[in-house]
This record gives sequence, C-alpha cells and structure tokens, in this order.
Amino acid sequence: MALTGIDIFKLLPKTNCQECGVPTCLAFAMKLAAGQAELSSCPHLSDDAKAALGEASAPPIRLVTMGSGDDAFKAGGELVMFRHDKTFFNPCGYALLIDDTSGASEIDGKLKQVNESHFVRVEQDLKADMVAVKCSSGKPETFVEIIEKVKAATSLPLILMSDNPEVIHAGMAVNGEAPLIYGANKDNYEKMADLAKTHKTALAVISDNGIDGLNDLVPKIEALGVKDLVLDPGYRNPKETLQSLVYMRRGALVKKIKAFGYPTIAFPVEETSDEMMETLLAGLYTCKYGSIIVVGNLKPQYALPLYVLRQNIYTDPQRPMQVKQGIYPIGTPNENSPVLVTTNFSLTYFIVTGEVEGSRVPAWMLIQDVEGLSVMTAWAAGKFVPEKIAPFIKGSGIEEKVKHRKLVIPGYLSQMSGELDDELEGWKVEVGPREAADLPAFLKAWSA
Amino acid sequence: MEVKETYNGTIREVTLGVGDKAVVVGGETALSFYTFEGVMPRKPVIAFDVYDEEPADWPAPVVEPYKDVLGDPVKWALKCQNEYGADMICLQLVSTNPTGTNRGAEEAAQTVKAVADAIDIPMIVYGTANVEKDTEVLAKAAEAAQGKNVLMGPIEEDNYKTIAAAALGFQQAGATHSPIDVNMAKQLNILATQLGLNADRIIIDPTTGALGYGLEYVYSVMERLRLAALTQNDSMTQMPIINTIGKEVWKAKEVKVSTEEEPAWGDAETRGIIWEAMTAIALLMAGSDILVMRHPKAVELTRDFMALMA
Ligand code: SF4
Repeated sequence: MALTGIDIFKLLPKTNCQECGVPTCLAFAMKLAAGQAELSSCPHLSDDAKAALGEASAPPIRLVTMGSGDDAFKAGGELVMFRHDKTFFNPCGYALLIDDTSGASEIDGKLKQVNESHFVRVEQDLKADMVAVKCSSGKPETFVEIIEKVKAATSLPLILMSDNPEVIHAGMAVNGEAPLIYGANKDNYEKMADLAKTHKTALAVISDNGIDGLNDLVPKIEALGVKDLVLDPGYRNPKETLQSLVYMRRGALVKKIKAFGYPTIAFPVEETSDEMMETLLAGLYTCKYGSIIVVGNLKPQYALPLYVLRQNIYTDPQRPMQVKQGIYPIGTPNENSPVLVTTNFSLTYFIVTGEVEGSRVPAWMLIQDVEGLSVMTAWAAGKFVPEKIAPFIKGSGIEEKVKHRKLVIPGYLSQMSGELDDELEGWKVEVGPREAADLPAFLKAWSA
Repeated sequence: MEVKETYNGTIREVTLGVGDKAVVVGGETALSFYTFEGVMPRKPVIAFDVYDEEPADWPAPVVEPYKDVLGDPVKWALKCQNEYGADMICLQLVSTNPTGTNRGAEEAAQTVKAVADAIDIPMIVYGTANVEKDTEVLAKAAEAAQGKNVLMGPIEEDNYKTIAAAALGFQQAGATHSPIDVNMAKQLNILATQLGLNADRIIIDPTTGALGYGLEYVYSVMERLRLAALTQNDSMTQMPIINTIGKEVWKAKEVKVSTEEEPAWGDAETRGIIWEAMTAIALLMAGSDILVMRHPKAVELTRDFMALMA
C-alpha cells in the first residue's frame, strides 16, 4: 500500500522552502499521501528519496483533469471502495452526448438541456460537467462544424468521440482546450496516443473484452508516454459494466493492479433507449465507480434527481452537508407567523423545512450554525444550548420581522426551555413536537 | 489477475405469506447484484403502500393511480395485487396515529383481517412508529392476521418486548427498526432473538431516507451491515433488509412541487417517479431485499432495472 504522510515526510528535505506551493514539507507529504500532489512538485528531493517515493507515492487511481478554468472537471483520485471507509473524493461527472448526425433542432435542444440543468442545493452547484460529441457521420468537416456549434453554446470540456484518428485530429484542431479523446482501441492506439500527447489531452482506452483487454492495452499506451487515461471496459449492458467497474476499482485499490489505476467512463446512453432507465443506470454508476457517465438526456426532471444522488453519495460521511446560518422564510410569513429554531445540519434543515412547507402554515425558520450537527449532537457538544441560542436569536434580526416574541424549539430540547426562557429576554419559549412529522399539526394549532 | 472478493457469510432466507404466493427474501452470498462473485438466488421484492384511511398528504402523481380506491384499503390492496402485480402489500395503519384520527387497535385489526382475507399475496403490517400506540395496535394486528405469516413492524427498542412477543405468539415475522445505526440494529436483533423470535423471522428496517433526505446515511449503514454479514459472518446482521421508500420519497419537496410552481425542475410526475425509482436503485445496490413503494411506474422501472441486472 501507499506510504503514509509520515513515512513520506521522513524522506523529504524538511526545509519548508515552499517551492512545492505548500507551506511545509509535512503538508506536502500529507497531500502526496492523499494523492493530491505530484512528487515532481518538490525540486529538492534526493535521488534516494525519489526512488523510494516514486512508486509508493503514486495515487492508486490517478486524478485526471479535463478542461481548464472554472469548468475543469477532475476524475479519479479515489482511495476507498466504500464511502464509509473515508469518503468518495471527486464527484463523478455527467456528459451529455451529441451525435453529429442529429438534426439542428435536436442539437439545440440538447445544448439547452446542458445549460438549463443547473440547480443550487445546500449551497452547492449541481450541473452537467462535460459534453460528448460523437462523430457518427464519419466526416471530419461535419464533426468540426458540430464541435464549433457546441463550443459556441457551452464552455464545458468536451469528449471527442471517434475511432478514426483523422477525425479526432480535425476535431482537436478546433477544440483548443484539454478535453478527452475517446478513444484508443487495440487497432488505433498508437495514433491516438500521438494525438493525446501532441494536444496534451486525456485519452480514453476502450477494451473489446472488458478488464482483460484493458490490462493488455493500458501498459502499451503508458509505454508510449500518455499519462492521463480514462478506462472503458467496453460492455454495453449494465450487468457486465457493473462487474467491470467493481473489478477495476478493487483491482486498483486492493490488488494494486497498476493498469486499472485510472478513472472510468460508462455509457448508459448506449445501454438502453429508454430515457427513464438511462437515468437510473446513470444512478447505478454514480453509486458504483463510474467517473464519467455519458447520457443522452439531461432534461431537468431527470437531471435533478441524478445530481442529488451524486451529492448524496459524494458527501463526506465525516463532514455532513451544512446550510448557512440565517432566517429562512417558509411560504410568505408575516409579523404574526411562528418562529422556529433548529440547527444547520442539512438533513435537519431539509426535514424540518419540508414539514413546515407541507403544513402550508407560513413560518420563519431560524437556522443556527452549529457546524452541521444535528439537534441532539449539537446540544451534547454545547453548541446548541441556551447561552448560544439566545445571542443568535437576538442578533438574527427576527425581532424586526415579527411582533410576537414566541420561539418554538425542537421537542427533544424541552429540558432546556426554562433556562432559555431566562436567557432570552423578552421571549417566551415554546416546546415543539419531538418528531418533525408532527409539526404540521402543531403549526396549524399555533397562534401568536 | 485475481479481482474477485471472497465472502464467508450468507443472508438468511425469510419466508413471508402462505401458499402459492408466499415469497422468500434474502439468501445472498455476495453484495447485491454482484452475481459475478456470489449468489443472489432471487430478486428483491416490491411491496405496495396501502393506507388504512384516505391519505391526507399524498401529492397528485401518487393519488391519481389509486383515486378510485383510496378510502377503501381492501379494494386498494386488490388493485395493487391484480392490476399492478404487487409481490406484497404493505398495509400502513396510519389511522391509529394519536396525532391524527387516533383509531383504536380493535378497529385497525379489523382492517388488517379484511385485507389479509381479501388478498392472496403476502402482507406487511406497519404501525405509525408511535412507541406506545404501536404496542397495542400491532399486538391486535398480529392476532387478526394469524395464519397469514405477515411481516409486522416497526419493532423498536422501546416496545420490542410486546411486539416481538406478539409476532412470536402468532407466528408472524418482525421488522426490527433502529435509527440509522449498525450497532443499534444488531443490538435490537439480539434482544428480539433472546426473546425467542427466530433470527430467520426477522427483517431489518434500518430507517430509510429518501434521495436528498438522508439517503447517504441509510446507504452506508446498509453497506456496513452487508459487509459485516458477508465478510465477517456476523450473525446478527445477516437478516434481509426492508426499506420503506414510498413514505419518505413522496414527502420530499422536489417531489411535491408541481410543474407550474417550479418549471425549471421539469415535469413533476416524471420527476417524482425518477425520485422514487432512483432511491430504490441506490438502496437495492446497498442491499435492500424488500422495497415498499408507491408509484406504479416507479415500481415498473425498478423491476425492469432488476431484470437487466439479473
Ligand atoms: S519544495 Fe520540497 S523541500 Fe520545499 S517545502 Fe516543499 S517538500 Fe519541502
């Protein structure tokens, strides 16, 4: 297994010269261990250290960056099989497929989907990551024309798809940025590797017989000097695709098979013609080891659930999602509407606001920042206690919004209501229900 | 190139219902749908939600398919069985909720009996997770469904003594419910088995969170339960798992909001169907054996998915 940060640190110069772009040698060692830095960033390594660290510090699954600037998409860099073992680090990317033989209106419709399937949830941007342009026409000029059209509509990185190196060559000429070439197979890999090197582009490796084919082909392409690879086991049915993705992730992380140490690409769009099923298969590969997932539709009713699944799966289990502290109006509350306080743990926030919304009783939700802990955990940690809640309420600005001075606290905190009453001058504390599901009944009966 | 995982444990097989339509759940010897390195002897089953009173808060897309039967649990259950080919019915005794209609245990038990007698597919009977009320309600329900081999729950740490005993006494299976926690799930199974309920009469209800509403917690708890069951041969985690998906999904904001209210989210019915089916797919991969669902199209999609993976 890779060395720990401390093992690596012992071999570094320990001068903290910062030339690696990190404040200390120790910090650099930690980044190396996590697969978030390259050994070559430290110019002062001894030859011995280089030899010792070279193999060991390479991340088990390479982090491959496609595109640049704000739209750059990073794939790979994963360290665990199961999210509870640590976390999944780099959220998978969704690429919308555009075929160069499609009619203009269909292409315009797809580009619209790319731009419109954009949502904000728990202060995270949920959106598409790439556009895949496929040359089915076989004609470089048609391919180029469509690439130009796509580039005019979106700045997302592109996947250029053709098995013909000439077509890819023509496409690269207009593309400009570093996207992904799809791809190299056992017949064309030498030319494709050349193109990838010339244009400093990532290269997809396409197998014609699953992981065995990749195990054979990847070392040949590595030998030609291409470093950024993306792997396609080549099946177009979910059963074998799942098997391949599981074996590749396990091969790279557990069995140390170097050929599998790259991000993956999966094609729900080519595994079904039903757009509902396509979305579900994209969900399958979101859970199970897809890095780039190519779909044929991102209409919002499909894209939103898919993006939310990715948000769930890639949330760090140690660091729950949080919402911002503040006053959240639910419905259109007025000066006589109820005021409820809870914590900024996103799940608490979602469940409580969901029930309040469902009650159709307009209300003010006061969300206190307790570093994303749930009500009981925050209380136990001394972060959601009268001495902390009172100043938050006073400073929140809610006193300008309502005439009454009644505060509803979560039912589980009934034991602190007296103390909070004393602490929170001018307010009367009311104990709400223990379960969020009972909020609608509670709110309907509430009066200022 | 050896990339296969070896497992040393097996999920228990639990039989629910009686006669031709009885179902068996469980039996996996590898992670779910990992048929390339173990056995998944059967597909997970889907139970349809049936409420014992007209639901007050279901959004339009799930009211529509049942609108002719919503106030009548018997007709409703028959519709799920005959029209939608349900594997099972999940009769939810929501009318007994003390903060709602607060119907008595006796009356609820009559509904249980009426539904059980009308259908020939197996039945799940669920209370409202009100610890005290469920004690009464489920004890009566167990008696009313005697001879039907139903799955009853939720059995909680605070009421397992009564409810698990009722399941045992009337030869029903029990769903042990714990709050998204591996150790608490195990602990409750230990308590229930010590009381005499056989391990192969227990299904784990790990608490289900919908997509966007805690799915990631239940997903990981289920993965951890399955790994303990299959790779550590940990007996008290080797029960099949049930997920009550419909109830959680169809109260999510993203599912309730209409197309008109939020055009940027696209067609509301499709959005809801995908929300439910996506929750189902994620939990299937994490190890679910019984999915309790609502929208017939979401059920159909989930079945199609399982067929593709088999
Ligand atoms: S460049 Fe090398 S020596 Fe300098 S701080 Fe970074 S790791 Fe240490």
